[in-house]
Amino acid sequence: MRRIYWGAPSMANVLALLGRRALASLGRLGRGQLFFLRMIGGAPSLVLRPGLVVKEVHSVGVLSLPIIVVSGLFVGMVLGLQGYNTLVDFGAEESLGSAVALTLVRELGPVVAALLYAGRAGSALTAEIGLMKATEQLSSMEMMAVDPFRRVFAPRFVAGVIALPLLAGMFTAIGILGGYFVGVGFLGVDDGAFWSQMQSTVELREDVINGVVIKSLAFAVVINVIAVFEGFDAPPTSEGVSRATTRTVVNSSLAVLGLDFVLTALMFGDV
Amino acid sequence: MRNTKILEVGVGVFVALGIAAFIMLALQVTDISRFGDDPGYTVVARFDNIGGLKVRSPVTMAGVRVGRVVGVDVDPEAFVAVVKLRILPRFDQIPEDTSASVLTSGLLGEQYVGLEAGGAPEVLKDGDEIILTQSALVLEQIVGQFLFGKATESE
Repeated sequence: MRRIYWGAPSMANVLALLGRRALASLGRLGRGQLFFLRMIGGAPSLVLRPGLVVKEVHSVGVLSLPIIVVSGLFVGMVLGLQGYNTLVDFGAEESLGSAVALTLVRELGPVVAALLYAGRAGSALTAEIGLMKATEQLSSMEMMAVDPFRRVFAPRFVAGVIALPLLAGMFTAIGILGGYFVGVGFLGVDDGAFWSQMQSTVELREDVINGVVIKSLAFAVVINVIAVFEGFDAPPTSEGVSRATTRTVVNSSLAVLGLDFVLTALMFGDV
Repeated sequence: MRNTKILEVGVGVFVALGIAAFIMLALQVTDISRFGDDPGYTVVARFDNIGGLKVRSPVTMAGVRVGRVVGVDVDPEAFVAVVKLRILPRFDQIPEDTSASVLTSGLLGEQYVGLEAGGAPEVLKDGDEIILTQSALVLEQIVGQFLFGKATESE
């Protein structure tokens, strides 16, 4: 009997397993899409209650400030040190400003800020919503004719989409200042050359708008959809919530890195 | 109610900091004045060969940047490079017989146009052409000439 329960490792069973997995992940993907659409549908009603969004911006944005500021500073300082060591061999240490700024504005600023955000705020979103579901707060809202999409999901999603680009901008700006402190303050790169080289290579539209603004907006949408949906879709048990939280961090980090490659190829690939 | 107030102030500070970061990125990190048309006047110079000169390469005089290259084209009849130079408006006393040469900053650096002032009393105006020009030194040609010279020497 036991052997039948496990299923013989025949071709049909292997295929059935594969099919079941594929159907399950397709179904999840479809539920995610529907969830996203309903959440977007709930967003316009937030105009009437902006207080909900403000509260969530505080919890995902303001409370993420310390980690963003500190890591931005250190990333910029490391870039300054490493860039200087490489450039000084060619006698090109004046290019340190443009090297640091281009690295941060195009890649590191939006990507590292998004990864930190996924770890700091995305996981918290999933855990919060998952627990709301586990303790049946979402069901009781529906009982009271309060739409959880409008009251719970949409405000968190909108707040995240507002907060992450701002955090990425701060990360980038602080990182450039960190590179400036190390390069100009410790290593003696010329102050004027640092900024003027930077200004002559960094473009407003091609680098700052494309890099920081568009990339971090795209990352913000992806991370927040994943975080809110994982919380909503979590099995209502403590183990389910913990797994959903892990999945949020893993999936949104992978999604950010993959999406970053696609965006970079689209923006800078054909130069 | 007090808590809501503190929370709102916190969010307000957060958003203001974010906007300040973007303004800093736009103003300090990029050269926003280049976004539109550079102010100033345009002069034209013709070169046999401009090497690696590109649009927005600097134009310098005595090592100081006085403008930028705004256009690079080939004359369809004479087959020479036509370079448009945008000079900043405060350098409006450049003599008419100034010469322009394509130079390289350092051995491997970027190429730029260096202006050397002449002595004519008339000054360059918008649309004028710089007659005295010197082409870029193309390293391969120099090496080629050197090798060719060596070869003929030893015969």
